[in-house]
Amino acid sequence: MMPAPAPQLDEPMDAQPSASFWQDAWHRLWQNKLALFGLFVVASLSLVCFLAPLLCAHVIGFSYQEQNLALGPVSPNRTHWLGTDPLGRDVLARLLYGGRISLMVGLCATAVSLVIGVIYGAVSGFAGGKTDMVLMRMVDILYALPFTIFVILLTVFFGQNIILLFVAIGAVEWLTMARIVRGQVMAIKQREFIEAARALGLRRRRILFRHILPNLLGPIIVFATLTVPEVMLLEAFLSFLGLGVQAPHSSWGVLIKEGAEVMEEYPWLLTYPAVAMALTLFSLNFLGDGLRDALDVHGSKD
Amino acid sequence: MTAPEPCGQPFLRVENLKTHFPVERGFLFQHRVGSIRAVDGVSFSLRQGEILGLVGESGCGKSTLGRTILQLIRPTEGVVVLNGRNLTQMHGQELREARAAFQMIFQDPYASLNPRMTVFDALSEALQAHRVVPRSELSARVGDLLLKVGLPPRAQRKYPHEFSGGQRQRLAIARALAVEPQLIIADEPVSALDVSIQAQIINLLARISREMGLTLIFISHDLSVVNYISDRIAVMYLGKIVEIGPATRVFERPLHPYSKALISAIPIPDPVREARRERVVPPGDPPSPLNPPSGCSFHPRCAHAQERCAREVPVLEPFTDPSHLAACLRTREINSH
Repeated sequence: MMPAPAPQLDEPMDAQPSASFWQDAWHRLWQNKLALFGLFVVASLSLVCFLAPLLCAHVIGFSYQEQNLALGPVSPNRTHWLGTDPLGRDVLARLLYGGRISLMVGLCATAVSLVIGVIYGAVSGFAGGKTDMVLMRMVDILYALPFTIFVILLTVFFGQNIILLFVAIGAVEWLTMARIVRGQVMAIKQREFIEAARALGLRRRRILFRHILPNLLGPIIVFATLTVPEVMLLEAFLSFLGLGVQAPHSSWGVLIKEGAEVMEEYPWLLTYPAVAMALTLFSLNFLGDGLRDALDVHGSKD
Repeated sequence: MTAPEPCGQPFLRVENLKTHFPVERGFLFQHRVGSIRAVDGVSFSLRQGEILGLVGESGCGKSTLGRTILQLIRPTEGVVVLNGRNLTQMHGQELREARAAFQMIFQDPYASLNPRMTVFDALSEALQAHRVVPRSELSARVGDLLLKVGLPPRAQRKYPHEFSGGQRQRLAIARALAVEPQLIIADEPVSALDVSIQAQIINLLARISREMGLTLIFISHDLSVVNYISDRIAVMYLGKIVEIGPATRVFERPLHPYSKALISAIPIPDPVREARRERVVPPGDPPSPLNPPSGCSFHPRCAHAQERCAREVPVLEPFTDPSHLAACLRTREINSH
């Protein structure tokens, strides 16, 4: 009934070896100009902010806390490229130092929320049943806490140390990440390749970390890049309320707050920090989008 | 590689296997309102190297039976003894290690391979799951496996999405072979493939199981495919085996009314004979396994049903040939003419 025996080899495949996964992903990211622009902006802003002490000393010539009350607020000019604030402090220097804190806070809080959220969500979704039920009800309870009040309480405890504060915020921000990861794990757990891994007799831990989590890379990265701006906005909001960074330190949130108070007289005090903030948030969003597409293996050569 | 079979002991023995899924209702306090009897009292045994074809329409529990035998779904009741070891009593580490002896090939080769793992990653993981393979030998061993299933060894660095459906199914077969199993259950391994590719995969499976002395359970809803590859055929209906026997006998002289209907539904690739083919179509749909009919579960659709079919549960019994069993109260009356 059946035709001739199977040929020894299936149809010939192209001989060229495939690039590794990361090479492939990088290639795809390279073709996404918007994401590349985002990467460029985020990278250069981070670099400039990271080098702020050097730049202030050698290029700008003013430190972020150096006051010049006699000078007062002046609009952008040759000595003060972005002008000065009412205390005569150089806006550019303050912008760079502020960026250091804003970016660091965004990254720290996101890293913390990423680690807690991914592990918590993955364990919950993978274990399923009663464990999942208990873990997720705990998330629900934490969700029900009034977040703003909770953060304000945290500032009372951690107010002195800004980084510690945002580690604490990250520890609250992981809730959404945990829910997303749990849902994805539960969906992937049903796929046949997980059953195949179980049939091979692999350990549960190996199945979770080698087979399930790598398939979640896309959603996790996208959500992480969205969390960074979210935390930065939260920091801006807290600073706006006067609960965040304390003077003489600055952050973009602090600068925006100070600028907003006097925006009719000295608009440059609001414009530059707002532009820096907006540019960063946009870039991170573009980058997140591009990374998701780049890391999606299915979309490549089918 | 395979331990000698103890005298008189079949290689695989499945006894009164039942898999019932609870159906639960209620929001906060779930309570059991019934159970789906996906597999409901299946018994059979296989010799080493035998190929059993398992057929039945979708929803009859054949996939669940396959997964229950392999302990991917734990049975509600019954035993599975493979090579003298009772799989149903194993747990955790013991069961995980025992899995080297039995593997599964899945229906959908697009879903059964991890899209993030290259062929090399997937196969070397399988190779190392139960044995220690030196790193330096891995690539060569993966290459050997690929050759065995008819793929070029240089395919190692590719991802599953770079392969066609048939090639992927070959990869799935290679992965199953990597642990050197003695029993393979193939769950509709060709139903997701083009007809032209189906023959290649079936021939590959048949050749490999013959060469390696594998015992194979081939699950399918396509009787002609099963007839081609199998030594014996088992027909399932609503969680039970209704007929089991040598492939040619079941195919040519089915005893059970349900098997007769299934076999009469196969189109004949010859227009003249096809026009004369008589079809027996059981009326209605298969009943829900949540609430199976009393007595013989096929009686509401059976043309030969009598009043007692609704009362008495038939058991598998031989008719003329002792190796050919059917579970029908009226086997004798229907088949002696």
